[in-house]
Amino acid sequence: MGSKTLYDKLWDEHVVRVDDNGAVLLYIDRQLVHEVTSPQAFEGLRLAGRRPWRAAANLAVPDHNVPTRDLAAGITDPISRIQVETLDHNCADFGIREFPMADPRQGIVHVIGPEQGFTLPGATLVCGDSHTSTHGAFGALAFGIGTSEVEHVLATQCLIQRKSKTLLISVDGQAGPGVTAKDIVLAIIGEIGTAGGTGSVIEFGGEAIRALSMEGRMTVCNMAIEAGARAGLIGVDEKTIEYLRGRPYAPSGELFERAAAHWRTLVSDPGADFDRVVRLDASAIQPQVTWGTSPEMVVPVGGRVPDPRAEADPVRAEGIRRALGYMGLEPGTAIRDIRPDKVFIGSCTNSRIEDLRAAAEVVQGRKVADGIRLALVVPGSGLVKAQAEAEGLDRIFTDAGFEWREPGCSMCLAMNADRLEPGERCASTSNRNFEGRQGQGGRTHLVSPAMAAAAAVAGHFVDVREL
Amino acid sequence: MEPFENFTGVVAPLDRANVDTDAIIPKQFLKSIKRTGFGPYLFDELRYLDPGEPGMDCRSRPLNPDFVLNDPRYQGAQILLARENFGCGSSREHAPWALADFGFRVILAPSFADIFHNNCFKNGLLPIVLAPETVEGLFARSRGPQALRIDVDLPGQLLTLDDGTRIPFEIDAGNKARLLEGLDDIGLTLQHADAIRAYEARRQIEAPWLFAV
Repeated sequence: MGSKTLYDKLWDEHVVRVDDNGAVLLYIDRQLVHEVTSPQAFEGLRLAGRRPWRAAANLAVPDHNVPTRDLAAGITDPISRIQVETLDHNCADFGIREFPMADPRQGIVHVIGPEQGFTLPGATLVCGDSHTSTHGAFGALAFGIGTSEVEHVLATQCLIQRKSKTLLISVDGQAGPGVTAKDIVLAIIGEIGTAGGTGSVIEFGGEAIRALSMEGRMTVCNMAIEAGARAGLIGVDEKTIEYLRGRPYAPSGELFERAAAHWRTLVSDPGADFDRVVRLDASAIQPQVTWGTSPEMVVPVGGRVPDPRAEADPVRAEGIRRALGYMGLEPGTAIRDIRPDKVFIGSCTNSRIEDLRAAAEVVQGRKVADGIRLALVVPGSGLVKAQAEAEGLDRIFTDAGFEWREPGCSMCLAMNADRLEPGERCASTSNRNFEGRQGQGGRTHLVSPAMAAAAAVAGHFVDVREL
Repeated sequence: MEPFENFTGVVAPLDRANVDTDAIIPKQFLKSIKRTGFGPYLFDELRYLDPGEPGMDCRSRPLNPDFVLNDPRYQGAQILLARENFGCGSSREHAPWALADFGFRVILAPSFADIFHNNCFKNGLLPIVLAPETVEGLFARSRGPQALRIDVDLPGQLLTLDDGTRIPFEIDAGNKARLLEGLDDIGLTLQHADAIRAYEARRQIEAPWLFAV
């Protein structure tokens, strides 16, 4: 048998059968469920008189619509409330484990999966959410699916799939101080583009990736989808295994050690063949700030907004022109001269304890600048919130003038009350700067937690290393 | 799902790259627990001048005259002509639901985002990948005073333009069969229930920790 990539190993272990057209019935070990993309799937089961194939393989949590303050008041938007209540009812009807809004373990689906040890190396894991790529940080094959496939997994524990291409992105050498996982992944997307990974599973490797904590690796894999990839993957090492030890849904005792022995094999073999390899030099990566309406529209913080007249490709030039118009920016503007109105620290990309620590370190002893109308910190889960409070991070934020909120997706996509007003500009640790993403007419600049915190205290984008 | 049948339809050219699913159907409409009724809100922020909210009656809303779907030439369009990486971003199946509910049956583009592409086939929507120069030519043709009309032949994997130009296209055999027969994927997969059970039995021995939740 020849050398295999990590993706080959995960794929081969999950093939149930291959049909005449070469399509594979792939077994799915885990499904995470949330309120937005599941109601129609449960309704489909109900209409067909079907039951879940293996209810215990699912874990549900409301996250997109949940309010981040006054939880006692419940959800005031009636349509949002119905959607969350529908999840509660569906989970009760179909026997699916749920962390409802009042549960201390509730949080963003991609934060609680790993936190609970529900996400395991070597597993296939899906969710009706594109940022399911996050879980690839554990050497799990994890990808987002649509609602029809959510129903398919509920009913059969399988999906009909075709194997993707493989892309190795090796980030070699060491990243400098102040350069985080978010900066690395934004630099990768800037390099390969938002369609650079289309049709591929990206494995992230190299010294700078190995050096990242599990939280950092989750940030990188989370944004694999912003490079268009089917999934992101990082090989298992001792950090992966130690992160999972003692987690509620991870195996325990002898079974954990037996699992860990297998997990240690979940790396690409030396000499394994990838369809494409891209190498980046970590030492050349600077803190990143997006200026446009696609994550690939990104420059180092010392840079300037581009000029469409310098772009030879007419479609790209028009894209730059349209993005600048939407963002209310003139060509050539220095990133440092851009002043946000709001700051959002949160989302499945950057709401874990390490993210909050990094932001708090910048904020400590400083105040939110006068021009900032709202600076929000939204922890990724109830457990992250409790941990941060135990460490006193909440006080650091509130003393500086940040608001300290309850967990949820919040202003990443503004399905709850947290949103930008038309024309407002935000320094955001989330993952998408699409038009209208954080509120109709809202303008998003994607940054790391430390860079968002720095922008909050400076009142404009600033290199966190010079603060 | 209704089987896909051949048709001749008007082409609406949406001339921008990286059209994301947030643009196709904004998040406020994702609060619906239904599968239908998204068509009036398709491209809501581009199509209307006022902010859209779920449940609004769109017939009296102010239209953006510069948006292609509001151009009189493209009324009743069933084919959307798009640029690269169409459907990027979120996995929301509400995007193909909205496109299909509006009346689109085919999307032509040089490339599609993976999840969106997959979601289309579950909803009777045919996404066709064409060479960039072919797409460029179709954009040029579709901007004339008369809308371009294309005949779509799925069994023959052939597009025929109104001037007789023929453009063959590729499609995965499984996806083609799924569209033509309007198949229920779950029912088909459940025909292999024994294979799934056999796989599970084997894995419970090989990797019992995956079944210990």
